Amino acid sequence: MDIGYDAAHMLGAVVLLMSFALLYQRRIFSVITVFTFQALALATAAAWQGYAQGEPHLYVTALLTLVLKAIAIPLALHRIILRLNIQRTVDAALSVGLTMVAGVSLVTLSILLVLPVTTDAATLTREGLALSLSVVLLGLLMMITRRNAVSQVVGFMSIENGLIFAAIGVAGMPLIVEMMVAFSVMVAFIIFGIFLFQIRERFDTLDLQKIDSYRGESR
Amino acid sequence: MFLVAAAAGVALRRLSHAPLLVYGVTGAVCSLLVLWAVLRLAGGAGVEQAVLPLGLPWMAAHLRVDALSAVFLLVVNLAGATACLFGWGYDRAHAAHGHGGDQGPVLPVFPLFLAGMNLVPVADDAFVFLVSWEFMSLASWLLVLATHREEETPRAARLYLIMASFGTVCLLLVFGLLAGAHGDYSFDAIRAQPPAPWAAGLAVVLVMVGAGSKAGLVPLHVWLPLAHPAAPSHVSALMSGVMTKIAVYAMIRVLFDLVGEPAWWWGGLLLAAGALTAVMGVLYALMQDDLKRLLAYSTVENIGAIVIALGLALVFKAGHTPVIAALALSAALLHVINHSLFKSLLFYGAGAVLSATGTRDLNRLGGLIHAMPTTAFLVLVGCTAIAALPPLNGFVGEWLLFQAILNAPALPEWELKIGIAVVGAALALSTALAGACFVRLFGTAFLGRPRSPEAAGAHDVGSAMRLGMTVPAVLCVLIGVLPTPLLRLFEPAIRLMVEAGPFDDRAYQPWFWLAPTSAIGNSYNGLVMLVVIAGLGIVLVAGIHRWASARVRRSIPWGCGFTDPDPAALSQYSASSFAQPIRRAFGTTVFAARDLVEMPEPGDTRPARLTVSWRDPAWEWVFVPVVRSVERLADWLNGLQFLTIRRYLMLMFFALVTLLAIVAVVQR
Repeated sequence: MDIGYDAAHMLGAVVLLMSFALLYQRRIFSVITVFTFQALALATAAAWQGYAQGEPHLYVTALLTLVLKAIAIPLALHRIILRLNIQRTVDAALSVGLTMVAGVSLVTLSILLVLPVTTDAATLTREGLALSLSVVLLGLLMMITRRNAVSQVVGFMSIENGLIFAAIGVAGMPLIVEMMVAFSVMVAFIIFGIFLFQIRERFDTLDLQKIDSYRGESR
Repeated sequence: MFLVAAAAGVALRRLSHAPLLVYGVTGAVCSLLVLWAVLRLAGGAGVEQAVLPLGLPWMAAHLRVDALSAVFLLVVNLAGATACLFGWGYDRAHAAHGHGGDQGPVLPVFPLFLAGMNLVPVADDAFVFLVSWEFMSLASWLLVLATHREEETPRAARLYLIMASFGTVCLLLVFGLLAGAHGDYSFDAIRAQPPAPWAAGLAVVLVMVGAGSKAGLVPLHVWLPLAHPAAPSHVSALMSGVMTKIAVYAMIRVLFDLVGEPAWWWGGLLLAAGALTAVMGVLYALMQDDLKRLLAYSTVENIGAIVIALGLALVFKAGHTPVIAALALSAALLHVINHSLFKSLLFYGAGAVLSATGTRDLNRLGGLIHAMPTTAFLVLVGCTAIAALPPLNGFVGEWLLFQAILNAPALPEWELKIGIAVVGAALALSTALAGACFVRLFGTAFLGRPRSPEAAGAHDVGSAMRLGMTVPAVLCVLIGVLPTPLLRLFEPAIRLMVEAGPFDDRAYQPWFWLAPTSAIGNSYNGLVMLVVIAGLGIVLVAGIHRWASARVRRSIPWGCGFTDPDPAALSQYSASSFAQPIRRAFGTTVFAARDLVEMPEPGDTRPARLTVSWRDPAWEWVFVPVVRSVERLADWLNGLQFLTIRRYLMLMFFALVTLLAIVAVVQR
């Protein structure tokens, strides 16, 4: 067997596994830890792809991911949580079992969807696409099943992880695209951070259900 | 060359201060187009196509003139020319004594409206068709808004705008269905690839709804009697007499030309809708006291008759008896031009009455025959024609139509054999009621004593308005007496649509003798009819003068409140009185009409009061439920504006997952 294929496959599986792990965390620090692991796996996958495809610019991607997502963002989130004294538990709208069932069905759906569409492409590309679509859908699922603003930020970041994973899996993706994705993540994170501070100052909570009751429109 | 009218219209917008110039040039262009259409039809009317580099860069505008377009161009521009003449006179009369609202906004839009109506029949692809259709609708909407200071106009205009957009959406779907998957919207491509049977059937239903809402098919007619009378009279004449015919053109073009081989139930659908429209339209008309609204409802009735004729042509075409189909289609085309003539004549008459008296309420008119003899005579011609009395043109159209109806037993389907007999009975009923309706109109507006000071002080209108009314009146008589040359003109169009002509060339065909298709064996001679009626009339008049007393007797043996110097002789038989028996007979069930008599106690000085109320069933059964469900839906959707972020994300998520699942299932 081709070692390149196996290693890439395994790293993709780790990214997906971390997406699942994100879904069932009950404490907010462990959510951030799992997210860090996902970013690490992603960075490794990017570096491995750079080595396997002989594309040096993928190393840049790997470095960006490592610095931004595995180090900067988790640290910043930690600081935010500590400084704002946010409630440390994650309030789930859907129970863990049901969330897992939904996640598995989403992965099935994306495999069923991607594999027949891309019969012409290389095997690795096909599976990479299926995995990254799963990661995107799971991130979205996390955003809608968690009531806490911080875990929604993490869900959003994990959607970005899925997109980057798709980008590194396809050979010949220009560097500029990856740079754009990376910087958009950073901008999004800054905006999220500012919003979290603002919301917290104004309403004294980051629980979306409580914030919702402050809205001006009548129901 | 076809765009001359449009170019004239656009160029003349700048000169809106000069009514003479606008109406003059527009009228001249219309007259030229009439001549051109007649010459084309007389010369056999070949097909002429043109591709103009207009519109989107990769889509040129296709134009095409064939015999059918030429017939409808003739109808549009004939009425357009007389409308210009009348409109100029109307404008001057308005400037002189200020009845009838502000005419200023009419001038720039009027030529545009005519240009739109000229463009629809020459369109040869769906884009040009829909654009010119919408152009026509919007121009006429602006013309309705010209009288925006009147109380009812804003509501009428709003309703009209909604219905016009609805109709255009239906037509858009029709062309989408017809073009199918290959996506070529030129009519040539649609003809070359007829759609699948289900698509064709759906397109037929949609074109009936789309064009029918413009033409005024019951129950989609509700906007028509509000919008048509709201415009100035010459515009009302064009909207009622011509714009509804453009809708008929759309039906003919789609049903006979574009959808391919017809199925018999399409015709059955048209027949049922037409019969309902004819009877309901004339019943509505009978209950109106507003002169112009009565005329608008009568348009609904006539559209019903035309649609019946189209339905007959379609069933006979589907039943492979093209000769009878040609007969029915020639009845339809003849009725199209007839109705455009006498309805514009009657609307001009209503405009003349309005500008002379300032009122359209029949119960405030009366005795105008003494003050306005010319108008009265011309309106009498129009009333006789629309009531389908020989020897006028209305009779010829109805005669041809009944010839086709009487041939229904030749059809194989039992549903049609019985159904067409019922439709024929409904048509006969509506024709008889139309007679009553126009006796009522003429009798209350022009005969008797004036019912109001305005009616008593009326004077006949100016020569331009009278000339504008005389031209259609003369044509009504001419077509009634000599219909054959006109039908010969229409023959190429009929051959194009149903592959047969109304005339059998083996039989002897003199030009004054209307004997379609020797297979039927019936014939009509307007000339003989005219001579006989004139002869009998002379004998009658001579007899009366010979044996009756020549002395004029005016006496009030028992006045009953009808005192001679009373300027408002309200105790006469009024328009409402005339309608009362028919309202009792038909209205109680269909219209839920109620007469409420409020009789004061003896010794009470209050006047007794009779309140008549009736409801519009189309409004109540079709539009009110639609409006209510739209409101409920809007309320429900309004809730979507106030969800949490998580809910919005959830909606997006489920939409995404559903679409992905559909893709996954479809590609399996």
